Amino acid sequence: MNRPFSADYLAPDSAASESGVVSAWGRLRLRQQLEQGLPLTPRPYQALAERTGLCEQEVMNAITQWQEQGLIKRFGLVVKHRTLGYTANAMVVWNIPDEHVQALGKAMADVSFITLCYQRPRRIPDWPYNLFCMIHGTNRKRVLAQLDSLIAEHNLQHIQYSVLFSNKAYRQRGGRYVSHD
Amino acid sequence: MRLDHTDQQLINHFQRHLPVCERPYLEMSRQLGISEQEVIERLQSLQSRDVVGRVGPVFEHSRAGASLLAAVAAPKEQMDLVAARINRAPGVNHNYAREYTYNLWFVMTAPDNEILEAHLDELEQELKLPMLRLPMVEGYHIDLGFDIDWGALL
Repeated sequence: MNRPFSADYLAPDSAASESGVVSAWGRLRLRQQLEQGLPLTPRPYQALAERTGLCEQEVMNAITQWQEQGLIKRFGLVVKHRTLGYTANAMVVWNIPDEHVQALGKAMADVSFITLCYQRPRRIPDWPYNLFCMIHGTNRKRVLAQLDSLIAEHNLQHIQYSVLFSNKAYRQRGGRYVSHD
Repeated sequence: MRLDHTDQQLINHFQRHLPVCERPYLEMSRQLGISEQEVIERLQSLQSRDVVGRVGPVFEHSRAGASLLAAVAAPKEQMDLVAARINRAPGVNHNYAREYTYNLWFVMTAPDNEILEAHLDELEQELKLPMLRLPMVEGYHIDLGFDIDWGALL
C-alpha cells in the first residue's frame, strides 16, 4: 500500500484504540473524502482505503472512533428536506433575557417540531435576537400554528421575536472543513 | 417529491447508524429484504434526484473546525447576484434567501477561526453590504436527522 509521509504514518495517534495506530495524514485524507460522502460501491470502506493510503480496517476503526468521540454526530443518509416537500422552513429568532436564555433553549430543544435550537450573540442595534430555533414544515400555515402553540406553552407572549421564512436555497451541502472548494 | 415505500424505508432506517462493516449496503439490504445491488441503485437514484445530498457523516462542527452563520442585507433586485458572489467565497456550505432586511443567510466553514474571519473580511469588502456575524454561543439541539412525516408530505 502506498503511504505518503512515513513520519506521519509512524506518529502515534493519541486517540487511536488498541486496534491500530492510524496515521494523522491518512486520517486527514479520510476526513476530506468522507466530507464528499461514502462511495456507492459494494465495499465503500475499501474504496476509501485505496484513496487515503489506509487499510479497510483502519478506515472502519477511524469512523467508529469518530462516532464514539462525537466528532461524527450522525452517520447515514443526509436528506434534503426541501426536495421532499419540506418547503416551509422558518428560522424563528427571539430576544430572551440573558438569565433565561439557557433554560428556554433547553426546553425548546425538546419540542418535537423544532429541528435546530441555539444561542447566538445579539448585534445591537441591528439584531436584538439571541435565541434561534428552526422549524422545518410542509406548509406555512402549519408552521405558524406550531409557533403559536410554542408561544402559548412557554409563556412567550411578551417576548420580541421574528419569523424568517426561507424562500430559496442557493446552496445546501455538508460542511467542508478540511477539503478544498 | 413522492417516494415509493422502499425508498421511504431506506430513509426511515438509515438517517443514522449506517453499518460500518465490509459490506454495509449488503447489511442494509438484509434489513430491508432487497438485494445489495438494489440498495446501491436506490441510493444513487435518491442522490441524482437530490433527495439525499450524500451518504455519510455529519461532523460536529464545533469540533470539526470553525464555522459561522452570517447574514447580509442585499438590495432585492440584486439578491441572485449577491448570493452567487457569496457562493464563490471559500467554505460556504449553506446559503438561503430569507424574508427579512437581512435577506441572505449563509454558513461559512474554515479550518480555524482566523482563516474564517479573513475570508469573511474579504467577502464583506467585496460585497460592500452590512454583514451580521453570528457565531454559535451554545447549541441546544442540532440534528436534522428527524423522522420524516410522510403523511404530511402527501
